[in-house]
Amino acid sequence: MKGDCVRGILRRLALPLAAVMVLVVASTAGGASSSGTLVFAGASDPTYLDPALVSDGESFRVTEQMFEGLVKLRPGTTKIVPSLATSWKLSGGGKVWTFNLRKGVKFHDGTPWNAAAACYNFNRWYNWTGPFQDPSATFYYQATYGGFKKNEVANLSPPLFRSCRTVGTSRIVVTLNRASGVFFPSLVIQSFAMQSPTAMKKYGADQATLSGGAFRATGTYAFQHPTGTGPFKFSSWTIGQKVELVRNPNYWGKKARLDKIIIRPISDNEARFQALKTGEINAFDLAPPQDIGGLSGDSRLKVVKRPAFNVAYVTIHQGPGSPMNDIKVRQAVAYGLNRASVVKNFYYGTGKVANEFQPPSLFGWTNKVQKYPYNPTKAKELLNSSSCKVPCTVDFWYPTAVSRPYMPDPQRNFQAFAASLEASGFKVVAHSAPWRPTYVPKVNEGSAGDLNLIGWTGDYGDPDNFLGTFFRNFNPQFGYHNAAIEGILNRALNQPNFAKRVKLYQQANIMIMKYLPGVPYAHATPALGAEKRVTKLIATPVGGVWFQYAGFGGQ
Amino acid sequence: MLRYVVRRLLLLVPILLGVSILIFFWVHALPGNPASALLGERATPELVQQYKERYGLNRPLPLQYVDYLKVTVVDGDLGTSISSRRTVASEIKRRFPATIELAFAAMIFAVGIGLPLGFFAAKHYGGVFDHLSLVGSLIGISIPIFFLAIILKYFFAVRWHVLPSVGREDVLANNEHPTGFYVLDGIVTRNWAASWDAIQHLILPAIALGSIPLAIIMRITRASTLDVQNEDYVRTARAKGLSPNTVDRRHVLRNALLPVSTIIGLQTGLLLSGAVLTETVFAFPGMGSWLRDAIFNSDYPALQGGILFLAVVFVLVNLVVDISYAIINPRIRYS
Amino acid sequence: MSVAEIEGLEIGHQAPSGLWSEARYRLIRNPGAVLGAFLVSIFVTVAVFAPVIATYGPKDQNLDLLKNGEPVGPTAGHWFGIDLLGRDEFSRIVYGARYSLLIGVVSVAIGLSVGMLLGATAGYLGGAVDSTIMRAMDVMLAIPGLLFAIGIVAALQPGLWQVMLAVGIVNIPIFARLLRGSVLAQKENDFVLAARSVGVRKRGILFGHILPNSVSPLIVQGTLAMATAIIDVAGLGFLGLGPQDPATPEWGTMLANVNDYLASAPFLAIIPGIAIILSVLGFNLIGDGLREALDPKLRSRG
Repeated sequence: MKGDCVRGILRRLALPLAAVMVLVVASTAGGASSSGTLVFAGASDPTYLDPALVSDGESFRVTEQMFEGLVKLRPGTTKIVPSLATSWKLSGGGKVWTFNLRKGVKFHDGTPWNAAAACYNFNRWYNWTGPFQDPSATFYYQATYGGFKKNEVANLSPPLFRSCRTVGTSRIVVTLNRASGVFFPSLVIQSFAMQSPTAMKKYGADQATLSGGAFRATGTYAFQHPTGTGPFKFSSWTIGQKVELVRNPNYWGKKARLDKIIIRPISDNEARFQALKTGEINAFDLAPPQDIGGLSGDSRLKVVKRPAFNVAYVTIHQGPGSPMNDIKVRQAVAYGLNRASVVKNFYYGTGKVANEFQPPSLFGWTNKVQKYPYNPTKAKELLNSSSCKVPCTVDFWYPTAVSRPYMPDPQRNFQAFAASLEASGFKVVAHSAPWRPTYVPKVNEGSAGDLNLIGWTGDYGDPDNFLGTFFRNFNPQFGYHNAAIEGILNRALNQPNFAKRVKLYQQANIMIMKYLPGVPYAHATPALGAEKRVTKLIATPVGGVWFQYAGFGGQ
Repeated sequence: MLRYVVRRLLLLVPILLGVSILIFFWVHALPGNPASALLGERATPELVQQYKERYGLNRPLPLQYVDYLKVTVVDGDLGTSISSRRTVASEIKRRFPATIELAFAAMIFAVGIGLPLGFFAAKHYGGVFDHLSLVGSLIGISIPIFFLAIILKYFFAVRWHVLPSVGREDVLANNEHPTGFYVLDGIVTRNWAASWDAIQHLILPAIALGSIPLAIIMRITRASTLDVQNEDYVRTARAKGLSPNTVDRRHVLRNALLPVSTIIGLQTGLLLSGAVLTETVFAFPGMGSWLRDAIFNSDYPALQGGILFLAVVFVLVNLVVDISYAIINPRIRYS
Repeated sequence: MSVAEIEGLEIGHQAPSGLWSEARYRLIRNPGAVLGAFLVSIFVTVAVFAPVIATYGPKDQNLDLLKNGEPVGPTAGHWFGIDLLGRDEFSRIVYGARYSLLIGVVSVAIGLSVGMLLGATAGYLGGAVDSTIMRAMDVMLAIPGLLFAIGIVAALQPGLWQVMLAVGIVNIPIFARLLRGSVLAQKENDFVLAARSVGVRKRGILFGHILPNSVSPLIVQGTLAMATAIIDVAGLGFLGLGPQDPATPEWGTMLANVNDYLASAPFLAIIPGIAIILSVLGFNLIGDGLREALDPKLRSRG
């Protein structure tokens, strides 16, 4: 009763107070619109600006404006096109790669891009020692090339790379120790971008320490002097606040329209959207699907779509004594997940029901796989003819404190799946853990229950990045051995003939969906939010953003 | 007096040692492990095992604690943050001023409004305003701080666009920051626009963070004013024929402020707790949002260093408050 | 927790016996306390009779009710609207009262019983035992409350019981200090000295004489701690450390779940928010009224 009085007074006070604030604050409005500067928000600060030392999208988003590799993906696709190399040739039984380099290109510090610089980069990776062999420092190198010239850490595999030889000033020959299907497509990853040898030497790019058990770069290169060949060059980085990049006036290709990009970290999903509404930023990445309605409903704003290149799936974990070892139980799970309803209701038109473990845009996808539409009756029948009768109790895990492009609200997906499984004869026991410290390692180790929610976003355009990662070897996450599937994926990886590779991957997809190591359920189209006047901002399938062609208004 | 101060300082040692033990063992009781936190979402069990062997994380905990204490106290090294890959000390140096500035702003808000309200309520004890202010203050402490923050942000930033919704300063600004306190930086560099910008970014978080201290300060001011009003010396002053205003100013307010000043010191813990929620909602780059992220990222060195640092600050602030209270108020016993 | 701690400073350590009837009279005359009692009794009634009051099951999903995947605001059939999974928000709020009551009672019981035991032991035995216990309490108080609770939940894994335990543990030093102060104040009282002189054993004195006389500050602190417990649990839920089964209709967790949907469905945040505020306010009003009613110092005021 008295509370109401107080609220009444407050309400009466609120309007004049707000009016005063409007007057006082009006001066700051429209700050983000100054000509040729685009303010963009990501979720967090980059780790380093030396792309060889990072593996996260927040860092790559910044570095890929400044650095280019030998090849790149055509903006907005997964098709490999020339970049700092203009052509290439494979010989020597799949082990010798010859690259012809682009001429007349200069690094941002004015030093020339040439064969010596290219080999310097390859040798830099190969010769890393000490702290740089820490997997947290050089994840992508180790994932692609295995070990180093001299492996100092146990369990590192022998290196894929053997040597890099210069031929004149604009041709290099890279020799590998064995044929590999991933060497070439992985060159599009920022970690293998080309950096200025002069700047790296001058600013201590290869100085680092392990302190308190964590890798730390100690030179200034990765913080204040990143030097590449890209359309933008480094201007400044205020840690925790913003990174500023300016146009590279000497870029070899089409020069950027924007004078400047400011990339700032805003960790909260909702806060990013609100900063766009208030005009503090011009565009942002990782728009939650539920805000897409709000973005397209606002006359000043728009949605920029990122082509779907991911898969969300339910892991089915098998193991000693697990009910999931029975194919009938796995089939019952597949029939018991109401995937169509989840995708229809929770992806706001940005998702497609997934029927296999790789996106349809990638070669190797086929429509001929076994499909499992939601059918609770059939699920119950399968259960009753299986080793786990109705009600079949399953432990089902989901992550908290996370939103992934392929799984915008994991908890919502979980709740709907749990309900549809219960309607299909299962008894679901819920478990959760926060994404970063616990959940992902648990899933990877295979200790996250019988079922769990997880997914994958591709790094480059090859089916091996999806199917190979999951199923080419024994994977504790799924907990089974299947020689037939592992065999075909290994054959596909090293098959040089493209048409044959496509066939092998199609066959693999059919086998996998029959065996059911898990149930894929969505391919999502992630989205960015932007002001309408921001044009030609291109989002790439592998998670990047192209600012090169972006600007304000038409052109 | 000196003995009291020395005694209080000596007491700090066991408390801080206890805190460090508590934090160390707590951090190691956390699920997940530094290895997988460091390796990110693509960590494999082999990599994790390899990492543990390499950094001695398989050794017995007491041994690891001794190492930790040696490195922290002797070398003054708080370690390297796993998520940012920068030293914990440099992170604290960068973020602590932000939280101090926010806490200070919240305190100005709380004291500036709570003190006069409490005094006024006491002067009109039993009246409508008194009852209203009591109920109002109870409503104040009954609103979850993050809920208030969200509501403030929703209306003032999102709906009405009158104040910024996130961060400490306009991103387009190119301001210098010699001290790290942005309002002060603007004054030092004679960049008034920068100060004003920083103040605007502080308003909403400061209101959210200051709401509970406001209510508490109001109540304490009211209660202690009521107490002092009935003291003999106030009655005497009144009986002497001093004007009510003079009595209020010279005797009532001055003495009533004593307990209030203690309470202001005690609010430090409340502000630091509240900062976790407030900074999270407003993406304010201070200690609170940093520690919250550290928990979710399993950033063990950041957690250890950050919480230890805050505990030290908290304990020292309380010490300073107690000692200054002892100096101001001669009636306190030093035992 | 910290609020309760600071509020605790206001509570008198001594409460002469035989003032209960007068306290009741003062309580009834205090409109704030009456409002508080009203709010709390609604809260308790709703919690107890939830199955009768609720119109749907708290976990019954109906995804067909969603409009383009979005929750729908209040309608005739769904008074508080439907949530993200097509569940009836009213029924969830009603069942949520049960969880909040349970959380409050359990966490306060943990803090109160352990804190009381430690505080009474410290105060009564004095000496080394006293300083050991109280230094340990100082250490606990040296870590800001919410951070401490977050830390405990982070170590125990998120979940309803873990959250209750964390909030309870954070409350321990507050109750311990309160009770130690109360015991110290009464140790030299006439009736204690009298009991000791006729040979009543130490433990007998503590449980038979001192503790009963510390009841009134404990009741006040306990009521206020109920209020902060509900808020703290909501804060932990908001940070993503709440119950394991996300279908649990716990108010704080309900609030956390909809944080990302604030722009499209603000009512899903506002309704549980108001439910929390009202129940917390109820306990705060009662606690406040009790304090005034039981505090002898206040009698001479006015």
